[in-house]
Amino acid sequence: MSKELIRLRDVCMAFDDELVLDHLNLYFNDKEFLTLLGPSGCGKTTTLRIIGGFVTPTSGDVLFDGVRINDVPPYQRQINTVFQKYALFPHLNVYENIAFGLRMQRRPDPNDPTGKRKVKIPEEEIDQRVMEMLEVISLKGFEHRKPDALSGGQQQRVAIARALVNKPKVLLLDEPLAALDLKLRKDMQIELKRIQQQVGITFIYVTHDQEEALTMSDTIVVMDKGTIQQIGTPEDIYNEPKNAFVADFIGESNIIDGVMLQDNLVQMYGKKFPCLDGGFAENEPVDVVIRPEDIDIVPVEQGQLTGVVTSVTFKGMQYDIIVDFKGFKWLIQTTDHCPEGSRIGIKIDPDGIHVMKKSQYSGMFGDYSSFSEEYDELDDASLELDEEESGDEE
Amino acid sequence: MRNKLPLLSIPYVVWMALFVVAPIIMVVIYAFSSAAGGFTLANFARMGTYTVVFTRSFKLALIATAICLLVGYPVSYMMSKEGPRFQRIAMVLIMLPMWMNFLLRTYSWMAILENNGLLNQLFQKIGLISLYNNIFGTDLTFFRMINTQGAVVLGMVYNYLPFMILPIYSVIVKLDHSLIEAARDLGANSFNVFRRVILPLSLPGVLSGITMVFVPSVSTFAISKMLGGGTEMLLGDLIEQQYMGGAYNPQLGAAISLVMMVIVVVCMWVMNRFGEGEEQAVMM
Repeated sequence: MSKELIRLRDVCMAFDDELVLDHLNLYFNDKEFLTLLGPSGCGKTTTLRIIGGFVTPTSGDVLFDGVRINDVPPYQRQINTVFQKYALFPHLNVYENIAFGLRMQRRPDPNDPTGKRKVKIPEEEIDQRVMEMLEVISLKGFEHRKPDALSGGQQQRVAIARALVNKPKVLLLDEPLAALDLKLRKDMQIELKRIQQQVGITFIYVTHDQEEALTMSDTIVVMDKGTIQQIGTPEDIYNEPKNAFVADFIGESNIIDGVMLQDNLVQMYGKKFPCLDGGFAENEPVDVVIRPEDIDIVPVEQGQLTGVVTSVTFKGMQYDIIVDFKGFKWLIQTTDHCPEGSRIGIKIDPDGIHVMKKSQYSGMFGDYSSFSEEYDELDDASLELDEEESGDEE
Repeated sequence: MRNKLPLLSIPYVVWMALFVVAPIIMVVIYAFSSAAGGFTLANFARMGTYTVVFTRSFKLALIATAICLLVGYPVSYMMSKEGPRFQRIAMVLIMLPMWMNFLLRTYSWMAILENNGLLNQLFQKIGLISLYNNIFGTDLTFFRMINTQGAVVLGMVYNYLPFMILPIYSVIVKLDHSLIEAARDLGANSFNVFRRVILPLSLPGVLSGITMVFVPSVSTFAISKMLGGGTEMLLGDLIEQQYMGGAYNPQLGAAISLVMMVIVVVCMWVMNRFGEGEEQAVMM
């Protein structure tokens, strides 16, 4: 990635004495697809709105290309936004919606040597740029439709075109796919990534959907309670979660108490497991993350650990089984069928074991004793989101 | 289910038939009848005599509607931008006069506007009248306010202003705030946000406000009688005379009503056509 474009320096935001952003430090590179990921109320939408200029931070600086822009109104920023519910103008057709930003623009008159006189963008150029955009979003022939005569996915694309036609340096997207159904959402993820690469500008994307974040992003910023938990590439975040919160939020994780005996050796359940992590103090208590797909099922006598299968769920590509290891329940994903009540052994390769320092989140996640509840929460996430996120916009 | 007339709507249908449709049919029949009962167009032939009244009625109603719009729109707009507590209080203040009897309200204006009424007394006290006399070399003891067209318009505006404010306010307050943010995001300053987004989207409210002020204004008779002193006769007064006054002629009254109704309906239709491009048709 190339040079830095936006920087948030020590940004705090409080609504009614409630700290929504807590000394946030973050930078955004040019031409990067960056995702702010976190549960509702983590401050991701507020961060986006600060960049967009819709709210002013309580303290701290917002820098754009090195210039402080805290007090620059939204219409003077080279930033455009795709809103959660699209916010297309219902009284204007698709063409006029896309042309809106261009019609607002004034630029120095090329015929005026002093460069002081401002003129509108000529109608031919507006027409050409709108048509270009219609092509990018594959909606040619729809220009005279009103927004309410479009499907959700089409409205979505018009909203993107309406923002992109202004050639912003940064496009902000606030959960733009939340209102679409699953199939369309998957298509639009790929479409968005394509558009971002085609126009070559920075996308800052807000979502609570970890899968969406992993699919599209160059960089993911995981947030919770107004602070950044981890910044990294999708692979980093998934493979090397920094704490129990990140491990739990991104994908499924078994998080087990352990003790780091020495570099590359961790102890769980009183047994020693070789691993690839180091740099801890001797005998330091740690959290150990084991992904459900990194666990091999082996005959009992060959297992590093043995446990009893307590539930089996068929998921199509694999079985999700819950295995009780001395009272702590793990989730294991396997293609082998293990009947309920059977005793199995497991083996974990060193690269399947991720050791993390203890954090405020230790002990809060990673136990599948209440497996079904946890699954329900995942499904509900999208429903909760609408209300809570709009709540902190006030 | 869809094609069956829902049972619950029957009371309303009966009501409409008895008290709306039937009277209109009677008006039409009367308008084309002579005193003896036969068919005639004579009632309409006499209409030309009343051109002055027609034009005066429409002129005053138009002026009153325009003033209501000019006053009501900014009020609605400001109100919608304030907090919910302010909005509730403002709403009560706007509705408050409507809780009083219409005639009582208009009588109060008589007491205020009379030649030796409250306003003139005030003007005398603060020396406004003598100041006026000095400047213009006149010899007035009071300003003539009552029994003028201005007083009639004032009465209309005072009585019907809430009908302009309420529909406009309810449309603006329901506007999706993200549309305003989107416009700002796309480079619109405050003026353009208003002109390109808020104004066009509030047009349905404006249209129903205009309708709700114009229609009662054009047909009013109490206001002109009390504040216009009978010198500024309006359509409403003219029609009333045909039924209650000495010139008893219900057939002519019906004809005048019918003509007025047709003109109003045409006006509203044209206006709604004009507004159709912006939003769905507005209630009539």
